[in-house]
Amino acid sequence: MRQLLPGLVAAGALITAPVAAQDLTISVTNLTHGTYFTPLLVTAHASGNHLFQTGQAASANLQAMAEGGDISGLSADMTAIGADNVENPAADLLGPGASTSFNLTNSAGNDYLSLTAMLLPTNDGFVGLDSLSIPTTPGTYSYRLNAYDAGTEANNEVINGGGTPGTLGIPADPGAAGGTGATGVTTTEANPVVHIHRGVLGDSNATGGSSDLDSSVHRWLNPVAELMITVN
Amino acid sequence: MEALKTAAIAVLATGTLLLAGCPNNDNDDNDTTTRVSYEVTVANLTTSQPMSPLAAVLHGGSYAMWTIGSSASSGLEQLAEAGDNTELLAEAGSTSDNVMSGNGLILPGQSDTIIIEADEATDLALSFASMLVNTNDAFTGLNARSVASMEVDTVQTVNLRTYDAGTEANSESAATIPGPAGGGEGYNPIRDDNDAVRGHPGVVTSADGLSGSALAEAHRFDNPTARVTITRLQ
Repeated sequence: MRQLLPGLVAAGALITAPVAAQDLTISVTNLTHGTYFTPLLVTAHASGNHLFQTGQAASANLQAMAEGGDISGLSADMTAIGADNVENPAADLLGPGASTSFNLTNSAGNDYLSLTAMLLPTNDGFVGLDSLSIPTTPGTYSYRLNAYDAGTEANNEVINGGGTPGTLGIPADPGAAGGTGATGVTTTEANPVVHIHRGVLGDSNATGGSSDLDSSVHRWLNPVAELMITVN
Repeated sequence: MEALKTAAIAVLATGTLLLAGCPNNDNDDNDTTTRVSYEVTVANLTTSQPMSPLAAVLHGGSYAMWTIGSSASSGLEQLAEAGDNTELLAEAGSTSDNVMSGNGLILPGQSDTIIIEADEATDLALSFASMLVNTNDAFTGLNARSVASMEVDTVQTVNLRTYDAGTEANSESAATIPGPAGGGEGYNPIRDDNDAVRGHPGVVTSADGLSGSALAEAHRFDNPTARVTITRLQ
């Protein structure tokens, strides 16, 4: 009996006292050495909603974000379920070491936070946060975010402008550290569901080799981003 | 709001049913101990590293499945080199009645769920380990995570990093990798590495220039390699 009662009390509290609207100040910092974040989508939503889930196949709209940086589909998905979205707070790319800070007012019931942005240059890598329970006590909270692989495209590491879903290749390297003429690291994706990104391989050959990425510039280790949430 | 009310009623109804069943959970006449149980789901987050069957244990403060900087037990060595959890479970079983094997290999993108129970205790903790099979002696796991204060139906989710058992050199040669990338030897009692459990440095692979490596670039991994979701059931 002892262990049952607290559970009932907790469930009752959730039902009778839903969290009210909150004013949040959020910052996202790119912790990578040479990788850019494409426009961020940050969304406060109800329990049970997800932009992505590890172990699950990417949605078509997640694929469009991860392969080409297009957040319009994911944003529309979240708007349709009543989420509170902030789109593209950095007003374009968020470079290595850069931060963006913005406000998000989440309405009652939208008490989980999710976030995505493509990692550029990658084939289908993205920085992600899946359903963080937003703190309710005023204060500042810090989280570290990991890099995920959408599982939708082989990580061939060839920069060829390919950002359309289903088109193999990397759209661009905003830092202009990439090479040309690579033969491709691989043609297959071993894990077709969303998983932790193994990192890019790269090489040291700017005009050939297997990868157009530079192994001394474009590699990263998790975490790839810091998220700060201030509950006002 | 209607949906919420219905949910509240469902919770209360469930509570009533459960209360009616208390406190006899162990089917004997001894009512002085309370059994607790946890659902443990471990997800493989890697690209191409199958994970060996879990060795899981609920234990008190006197047991450690491993200690960073200290020599691996023989059971941990066998799990980390060969993916064989038999000896590690036997070791844990010498101090705890609550040991359990996973259901089998956990493939990339997949997960395994077990339900493990024990007598309630204020120092109750969960530990488990699983080998990344396309390595020499890498494993992931959870080390003595307290579950004693979890209330029924509450959940803990923990991202898990990768460790090196320190019992076998990371040559990555086919002869020493038991997983499908190598098909080589698993357990060898000779300890030809630093003989201390540490964080794993990751695999190098032939794609990155390690001569003789049987591993391809897809076998690389970054942390976390696994995620555990622990739910207290009763």
